[in-house]
Amino acid sequence: MIELNWDWTFVWQVLPMILSAAKVTLLATFLGSLLAICVGLIFALLRRGSSKTVRVTVYWLMEFIRSTPLLVQIFFLYYVMPEFGLSMSPLMTGVIALGVHYGAYLSEVFRSGIEGVDKGQWEASRALNLTSFDTYKDIILPQAIRPMIPATGNYIIAMFKETPQLSAITLLEMLQVAKIIGSENFRYLEPFTLVGILYLVFSVLAAYGIHQIEKRFPKEGFSLK
Amino acid sequence: MEFGEIVSVLLQGAIVTIKIVAMALPLAAFMAFTFGLVRLYAPAPFKQLSILYIEFFRGTSALIQLYWIYFVLPFFGLSIDAMTAGVIALGLNIGAYGTEVVRGAIQAVPKGQYEASVALNFTSSQRLLRIILPQALVNMIPPFGNLAIELVKATSLVSLITIADLTFKAKSLADMTLQVGEIFVVVLVLYFAMAQCLSLFFRYLEKRLSRGLGRGGMN
Repeated sequence: MIELNWDWTFVWQVLPMILSAAKVTLLATFLGSLLAICVGLIFALLRRGSSKTVRVTVYWLMEFIRSTPLLVQIFFLYYVMPEFGLSMSPLMTGVIALGVHYGAYLSEVFRSGIEGVDKGQWEASRALNLTSFDTYKDIILPQAIRPMIPATGNYIIAMFKETPQLSAITLLEMLQVAKIIGSENFRYLEPFTLVGILYLVFSVLAAYGIHQIEKRFPKEGFSLK
Repeated sequence: MEFGEIVSVLLQGAIVTIKIVAMALPLAAFMAFTFGLVRLYAPAPFKQLSILYIEFFRGTSALIQLYWIYFVLPFFGLSIDAMTAGVIALGLNIGAYGTEVVRGAIQAVPKGQYEASVALNFTSSQRLLRIILPQALVNMIPPFGNLAIELVKATSLVSLITIADLTFKAKSLADMTLQVGEIFVVVLVLYFAMAQCLSLFFRYLEKRLSRGLGRGGMN
């Protein structure tokens, strides 16, 4: 058995490397959540559309995306897409995988948020002869956003915690860097523990930030102009 | 490679995946009930311990927990094989999420039920086992079903510590045969089928358990 001792000099030596990899992790999360919000909104609106075929197709597509592992979806994008002439960098692949996977989750949040807006608002927009685009943009979405914030935030934090899976396609994010450091020095304790602590810290900070956004958000909605 | 061969290799992997789920699920349920009840009813130091467990496993990522158990524990003299590491990591991770489900479901049982059982002079264990839990259990089923599906999805992570599960087989077949399209489509469909089976099972369970509870009647 190897003597277990927490080596502070080793910690200070590897911390900068892990912190610079944190930038990649955060970038993937940021881009992934932007894409997820777009994808989620599109799915949510399609599921409220008039065509039944579209509604049913989108429902099963989302169900499929949500009940298959993210890791396999990452592999699928990374290995199968080049067959169709679409080669992407690991970061790009990761952002798309995270965005689509969590977009499928977010669409449910958005759908229930949209459905939570009072029915009278739809009727009033109809009475005022607004187009359905204007109704969504100026009436429904501004009121629907606040109640969506906590659930959306939780999914973004969940997405952040799934970014280590991108190490499987050689993206140099925190965990991958920690693993490389670990195998080079044959010391896994400090790098993996540091990465774990950093994830904990970032998640707690993000949860606090989301709570603040929700608190500051005007209850009566806002104008998107 | 013929399509039939690919499918048969992948099915072997699927069996490993099912085995892991079958072992991790009871562990997760055990952790969820133990720490859920501790969090609600135990004295302060134990409560803190359960909060620590929940926050730690929900705040960090499943893959990091898996790596930590597999790569770091051997330095403590605890060498465990990959399979055990996978089951423990996934069981503890999903269990931490389950804890909140147990707690929420118990707290959702109407207060009158506690009061009535106190008035009828039930002991506290009778109150929990015969009055509260049977009603709380029904509320737990749908979120537990979702967690079970999350568990199936999370098992794919064990492929990264060299367990020959469905994802691992897919990856090695893909490297070997280069028929990536067929392989990954079959794998996705297999995972989807497993998830659908679980979701049907939990829906059946919910129906079965809510018999005789007088749901939707007088409450």
